[in-house]
Amino acid sequence: MSGIVELVYFATAVTFILGLKRMSHPTTARSGIHWAGIAMAVATVATLFHPEIQGRYILMLLAVAIGGGVAYLGARKVEMTDMPQMIAIYNGMGGGAAAAIAAVELIRVAENPMLAETHGAMALWLGVLGALIGCVAFSGSVVAWAKLDGRMQKSFNFKNQQWVNLAIIAVAVLFGIIIATTTPGPFTLIVFFVLALAFGAMMALPIGGADMPVIISLFNAFTGLAVAMEGFVLDNAAMIIAGTVVGSAGTLLTQLMAKAMNRKLSSVLFKQFGGAPSGEKTEVEGSMRPTDPSDGGIQMAYADKVIIVPGYGMAVAQAQHKIWEMVELLTERGVDVKFAIHPVAGRMPGHMNVLLAEAGVPYDMIYDLEEINNEFEMADVTLVIGANDVVNPVAKSDPDSPLYGMPILNADQSKNVLVIKRGQGSGFSGVENHLFYLDHTRMVYGDGQKVVGEMIASIKTL
Amino acid sequence: MIEGVAALYILMLAAFVGFEVISRVPVILHTPLMSGSNFIHGIVLVGAMIALGQAETGLEMTIGFIAVLLAAGNAVGGYVVTERMLEMFKSSDKKEQGK
Repeated sequence: MSGIVELVYFATAVTFILGLKRMSHPTTARSGIHWAGIAMAVATVATLFHPEIQGRYILMLLAVAIGGGVAYLGARKVEMTDMPQMIAIYNGMGGGAAAAIAAVELIRVAENPMLAETHGAMALWLGVLGALIGCVAFSGSVVAWAKLDGRMQKSFNFKNQQWVNLAIIAVAVLFGIIIATTTPGPFTLIVFFVLALAFGAMMALPIGGADMPVIISLFNAFTGLAVAMEGFVLDNAAMIIAGTVVGSAGTLLTQLMAKAMNRKLSSVLFKQFGGAPSGEKTEVEGSMRPTDPSDGGIQMAYADKVIIVPGYGMAVAQAQHKIWEMVELLTERGVDVKFAIHPVAGRMPGHMNVLLAEAGVPYDMIYDLEEINNEFEMADVTLVIGANDVVNPVAKSDPDSPLYGMPILNADQSKNVLVIKRGQGSGFSGVENHLFYLDHTRMVYGDGQKVVGEMIASIKTL
Repeated sequence: MIEGVAALYILMLAAFVGFEVISRVPVILHTPLMSGSNFIHGIVLVGAMIALGQAETGLEMTIGFIAVLLAAGNAVGGYVVTERMLEMFKSSDKKEQGK
């Protein structure tokens, strides 16, 4: 039986890699997750026949039913706009599971030092490391989830925070070394796990909302690594391979995201965004000029080329369906409409794409920053809906601005700019947006969905 | 039993695979892919089941139970969220209709 189970694990690991590969292309993406899902189901069933399992089947099925059932219901009913925090919480669960596996194994070793011999020294070290990483991923993801879900204040800072964090992780590592080299007592284990959990939470606490996707992606990579480490402890090839693939893919994804935001990973982790420039609100010349939604709609109806720049505001207003309705009307009139998506628009790279796809926008109407940035000068109207920092020309012009250097969409170069915005506040970074003050910019205030609805009505009257 | 150096080889090769798979991904798939990889580390469920299956004392069983619970949440939730996201990726048929 053991041989068959091993073979199933091998096939699972291969299928995961193929599935991930398929997921990296839009046309095959959906089949990719199906492949991976089938592999996971088969591996789970095969595990019931794993020779090292000596019972507890009822407990096992009960836990699967409860955990899986709650997660299923949660994932089914969540709005697409709330996806980022769902990814965070499910990721945290994975990290927590890896840490819990480590806890069980370490307790067993502590009770029966003979087991350390069979496990081998390397497995013990990796197990401890996996426990540390898993705990950090768990508590960090929970904090990230709480913040994104609005259950917690945006950020939390105090003096010498970094030193406190450093002290926590240093002591945690010290206890980890004690656990890996000696026969630890319960006190040592408890302190180790508590410190590791504390460090994860401390790591996520000061991170501002804009950097959240980066940190979630990082915790995702952490969980992958933790799973791989526990795979070594349990001698499980599927866990080792799948965990490592996710660990490295997640690390690369984290770097891509940080790069898209023109932020170094180190500054995401150790510095606070725009922490200093609270006093320096640059004065902007000119004023914002409001206009009616109906005027904006008519302006677009008579344009040749319209580019739409969505941002987090669109997600909040759930305006994506209305926008697609409007785009369909415009294309019927022969207007060339394109969507321009900044890599960090929304709360996660690709967040806007997901929302637009939900509304039915075909993905080949959606363009990346590099693909479309030269087209803005040819656009008659650029419609900015709920985006702010990603179109702020200050990023190119003002070296003192915290946004300086971030690649932006050149919305300011189009002939006319319409900005749909709820109020007069500034973006996530708190930086005043100079685009809003340009002569050819008109502001349309109001709820995104309502405003676009009025635009649609005005286009229909033509 | 996976021995020391062989384990390192597996680790290194798997890491390269992860890098390769992600490096050519269009931005639009970043979130679904993050979600998909989030599902894939749900394989921790297998380990959690083994840990619970080996548990002897009450404490071990409790922690093992939590491990399986959390891991099942990771796997099921990760799958459903990813599937829901990818469900919405439609090809360009619709666009041609619109034009």
